[in-house]
Amino acid sequence: MSAALKMDTPAPLMRLKDVHVTFRTRDRTVHAVNGVDMELAQGEVLCILGESGSGKSVTLRALMRLLPKFAQVSGGVEVAGRDVMAMNEKELSHYRGGDVSMIFQEPMTAMDPVFTIGRQIAEVVQRHEGVSRSVADARALELLELVQIPSAKRRLAAYPHELSGGLRQRAMIAVALACRPKLLLADEPTTALDATVQIQVLLLLRELQQKMGMGVIFVTHDLGVAGEIADRVAVMYAGKVVEEGPVASFMAGPAHPYPRGLLNSTVHGNMRGKILTTIPGAPPSLSTKPVNCSFAPRCTMAEQACLDAIPPMVELGGGRRARCIKLG
Amino acid sequence: MDTQIDQSGVDRGGPAQPLLTLEGLQKHFPIKGGLMGRTVATVRAVDGVTFTVQKGETLGIVGESGCGKSTTARLLMRLMPPDTGTMIFDGESVGEGNAGGIALRDYRRQVQMVFQDSYASLNPRLPIEDSIAFAPKVHGLSDAEARTRARDLLAAVGLAPQSFARRYPHELSGGQRQRVNIARALALRPRLVILDEPVSALDKSVEAQVLNLLVELKAQFGLTYVFISHDLNVVQFISDRVLVMYLGEVAEIGPVDAIYDRPAHPYTRALLASRPSMDPAKRRTEPPLTGDPPNPVNPPSGCRFRTRCTLAEDVCAAKKPLMADLGGGHLAACHIASPGSGHSKAGVMA
Repeated sequence: MSAALKMDTPAPLMRLKDVHVTFRTRDRTVHAVNGVDMELAQGEVLCILGESGSGKSVTLRALMRLLPKFAQVSGGVEVAGRDVMAMNEKELSHYRGGDVSMIFQEPMTAMDPVFTIGRQIAEVVQRHEGVSRSVADARALELLELVQIPSAKRRLAAYPHELSGGLRQRAMIAVALACRPKLLLADEPTTALDATVQIQVLLLLRELQQKMGMGVIFVTHDLGVAGEIADRVAVMYAGKVVEEGPVASFMAGPAHPYPRGLLNSTVHGNMRGKILTTIPGAPPSLSTKPVNCSFAPRCTMAEQACLDAIPPMVELGGGRRARCIKLG
Repeated sequence: MDTQIDQSGVDRGGPAQPLLTLEGLQKHFPIKGGLMGRTVATVRAVDGVTFTVQKGETLGIVGESGCGKSTTARLLMRLMPPDTGTMIFDGESVGEGNAGGIALRDYRRQVQMVFQDSYASLNPRLPIEDSIAFAPKVHGLSDAEARTRARDLLAAVGLAPQSFARRYPHELSGGQRQRVNIARALALRPRLVILDEPVSALDKSVEAQVLNLLVELKAQFGLTYVFISHDLNVVQFISDRVLVMYLGEVAEIGPVDAIYDRPAHPYTRALLASRPSMDPAKRRTEPPLTGDPPNPVNPPSGCRFRTRCTLAEDVCAAKKPLMADLGGGHLAACHIASPGSGHSKAGVMA
């Protein structure tokens, strides 16, 4: 019985428990992440959706322990059964690139301009697997072929600036996948790309994710991108998850007023001649810790109770939940 | 006094005369190299572009990076001179003030621009009110008049002047800054506003606010827009006509419904098919196009799209396609769209 239970609910690949991140400098304090709970199953693709300042990228960096020293991080971060918060520098350097790796929005700044891409991929392999240079170089070629870079052999000797934006992003994916990570973190990797190239990279990521069975957390502000790649969606606002659920039911109709407004204000299809629905106002500054629903000042349904306390997550069935008292 | 600055902005040729006519516009950038600094290559950024902007319409320009849409915007604004080609603004040749045309100073009063980067395009040391009032003062308004106009415009773009006028750009959010840029573009009462990716840097909820504002201001001030964007959904929302650019050339131009419902150029079709669908049940399985846009330094011969086109034949490499007229102002530069071009599918798919 217990074995069967275990089969049904395998341990999650990643678990965040009440994660808080506060940036404190002499001039100001920013409460970027304010209690995020999140889980990712093995081989699952989770999209974190949110606008700028919602804390989505900071959450990703907290998972990688990539935040600067002046950031105060608390809460539990667990990946593949290991406590990331308790890792020392040596363990972290195995963890980063080995268990978990990350791709960024701008490959030009994420890659080293003075080394060829072949060298940068081989370096990761050598460092993590301790193999010889020639073995690592062979792996680099395999990886470039894996990410479908045409004439891969020739491209090994190319420097990042010699590649187009789409190929550079593919090369960065190759670096990230060099040690077959269990979890891939993607921070808006297609935002800087043209539409025709973006769809190619999204399809590639989905194909590689299925082939390698890895979990992916994909941060984006673009609902369309989430529609193309996500299994599940988590929407962040003011450093909190306000709604999460399977992508299909979410896209069919979000429950929380914020993602509902976001979906309505996204221009799609033929909306010409109509006045677009907007969310009035702007996101909060986060200089103080939220004590109630952060979205209440912009919400048309807000009432006094919204301002009294932080609304709890309400289970909506079908794996969906949202943080709004109106849904209770 | 206020009318003095507006006088040149009156309609001359009537509604049927295009506000702006561009013919064979070309801009090449030389790449210098070698010991003697000789020209080793040429970026053919805009290569023979012809189109008109009708009075009161919004013309959307779409295309991928490097297709020349921003260079076109800068040429329209005359931030740089074209190598060849003519620009006619409401019947007057642009840049020929002496020879019966319109002088640049007068042209720029009537044509203004909003840029993508709302922060870089405002002077960080000037309160926004002063930024908006700057151009009217240069063009002869008194300080008090310019200030009144700036405050009126701030109100028109939804920023209450009493609380915003004295603020600096860094004290505003991205959406608010873009509103300031729009107000500044309107300060000279222009007839044509060129919007170069005005909402691309904004969050979705703010993007919708700014798009609504642009629609509203267009009606209020009787404006004509050239709206440049890589976002096909936004272009469909705001445009009356759409121009699709590829590698410095016009691939297709036509009324917005014709372009979106009956795209004739394979590139336009691929571009439209590349939009992510919001519906997870309708995910793409194949990318509509492979590869990146080629480099505009050495564009392919004949049809520039042929290297990525699944329908390309020998004729596409041999001959540059002519603009095929599909009726109703819908034109496409593709051999398939023009019967008798020599392409085996010519006339079949159109």
